[in-house]
Amino acid sequence: MNCEQFVEQVTAFLDGVMDPAAERRFVDHLAECDGCGTYLDQVRATVRTLGDLPPENLPPEARESLLAAFRRTDV
Amino acid sequence: MGLPGDEELVARLRARDEAAFALVLDSWSPGLLRLARSFVSTGESAAEVVQDTWLAVIKGIDGFEGRSSLKTWVFRILVNTAKRRGKREYRTIPASDLGPTVDPAKFGGPGDPFPGHWLELPAPWPGPDQAALDGEVRAQVSAALADLPERQRVVLTLRDVEGYDSAEVCAILEISAANQRVLLHRARAFVRGKLDAYFTDEEVAR
Ligand SMILES: [Zn+2]
Repeated sequence: MNCEQFVEQVTAFLDGVMDPAAERRFVDHLAECDGCGTYLDQVRATVRTLGDLPPENLPPEARESLLAAFRRTDV
Repeated sequence: MGLPGDEELVARLRARDEAAFALVLDSWSPGLLRLARSFVSTGESAAEVVQDTWLAVIKGIDGFEGRSSLKTWVFRILVNTAKRRGKREYRTIPASDLGPTVDPAKFGGPGDPFPGHWLELPAPWPGPDQAALDGEVRAQVSAALADLPERQRVVLTLRDVEGYDSAEVCAILEISAANQRVLLHRARAFVRGKLDAYFTDEEVAR
């Protein structure tokens, strides 16, 4: 495996869906290549930042009208 | 926040227990809004899509068959509601979604001593721990997310922003695991590239 192939396998690796032989080649490359180690760290940092984005809430009026709609529907 | 299990939730919603509805409404609306935003451009129409979704949930809860989790069912209703607005189709990967995710010019060509290897190693990003990324970085990530092609943005939002696993995302979007992975991979590489450009430029500026 070379770096150009490595970067295309990162998501499959992180999802744990590589077949064992391919995963071994991936890990072997990782052990030998600082550049790809950095790349993998950066993808992980990107994923963490995405998971850190602040949530947004429904406007209070929308929430109230939905609760009212729920109340109105009878069984 | 602890939600009761699906069986109890569904029973309470069917019994028109308003506290149970308020609970799911407050727990899931932020995620639904974010997902809606990945389909429509304005916050206003995202809120409308979410409202339409909840109205469909209220109407449909008695017919919920429990073949997926309640939350997946609700998220799927949102996707269908949003898609109906834009008449979009998610099943296949267009040709533009294939091909390398990192500029091939960054790697050595066939004539180089190390073909396919980094010509210049990626520079580590600043910060003692890359997890400690600040608000400005978050703004960069939000902007990158907005720049993504829609299908990639939807998958990235579900996987990395909302934290769903691959099986759940496939169930919500009704796409194959392979398609899901291609979209996620491209989207992550794109956002990583934007962050890399941001950090590299910053370093130059300093
Ligand atoms: Zn490498």
